Amino acid sequence: MVGMEDVIPSQIHKGSFMKKIEHKIIREWCKGCGICVEFCPKKVLQLDDEEKVVVRYPEKCTGCRVCEYRCPDLAIEVLVEKEDEKQAA
Amino acid sequence: MGYSIKDYIRKRFFPHIWCPGCGHGIILNNMLRAIAELGISKNEIVMVSGIGCSSRISGYVDFHSLHTLHGRALAFATGVKLSRPNLYVIVPMGDGDALAIGGNHFIHACRRNIDLTAIVMNNRIYGMTGGQFSPLSGKEIKATTAPYSNVDPSFDTVNLAIAAGATFVARTTTYHFNEIKEYIKKAITHKGFSVVEILTQCPTHFGRRNNLGGPVDMLKFFRDNTALLGSKKIKQNPDLIPRGIFVEKQLPEYTEEYERIKKRVKQK
Repeated sequence: MVGMEDVIPSQIHKGSFMKKIEHKIIREWCKGCGICVEFCPKKVLQLDDEEKVVVRYPEKCTGCRVCEYRCPDLAIEVLVEKEDEKQAA
Repeated sequence: MGYSIKDYIRKRFFPHIWCPGCGHGIILNNMLRAIAELGISKNEIVMVSGIGCSSRISGYVDFHSLHTLHGRALAFATGVKLSRPNLYVIVPMGDGDALAIGGNHFIHACRRNIDLTAIVMNNRIYGMTGGQFSPLSGKEIKATTAPYSNVDPSFDTVNLAIAAGATFVARTTTYHFNEIKEYIKKAITHKGFSVVEILTQCPTHFGRRNNLGGPVDMLKFFRDNTALLGSKKIKQNPDLIPRGIFVEKQLPEYTEEYERIKKRVKQK
């Protein structure tokens, strides 16, 4: 079902610039395989009691999008907005 | 950036039927990234598939799609390409679909060098029918039909495609998602028959029967047991499975040659 998206916005500081990172997770589509949890370089993600992925440590996320690209269920989308892009817009 | 792969799927069919951790979803994910980055219109793509878990992929993409007979996807695709040479025809196939049931179509499509993009999603087993061994399972592999391990040696898809005459041949795995995207981009833009073999995990049948662990362990296996062509890693350990682009050359393409003959005959 479309529209079952949990959008979890998070603000992080990294180096001299700030990136706004948003994890769009479609809970209905996640099958809890754990690939994103295991291969996240910063261990941001976890599986919850229902074996669905949740963003446990949003402040650690660097926005590398490895979880999105390796998700077999197309359930994760990471939206990364850079500070300079925001000013240009 | 500026694209979402969600624009290229039929959302009403999601969540898809593939098992948790199945590599076919990773291939779908990165194939859509490749198409989005190439900026091809959805109307210019035809996806033709046969039968099997992998072939369900054509139902999930919002392009023109044909779900055809087992092993015969390349034959249907050849017909589509000959009648509408301007379309991009992509043919995702499983290992059994491509090289057992469709083995003959595969080698002859390679020989003709017709401008199709064949994606061989190699999970080394027939997943949909319950885990029978395929021609890519290889020796010492356990399957429903080989409970005490398989005696058949396997094909090497890459060598087979090169020998049969394909003009673009690449191999990668579902662990290396950026390679999937890059190779599929190159394969689609390549003029001639292109083959991209992607090693993918079937945790439900192949992994479970062969004690390879879950999807995460199978991805780690791909990470640790493959290496890029010409890399230091493969020179030190030649037993690793090579990844990379094995062949990329230009030869006369089938539909163009066909048009040329047609023109010549009409002039007489």
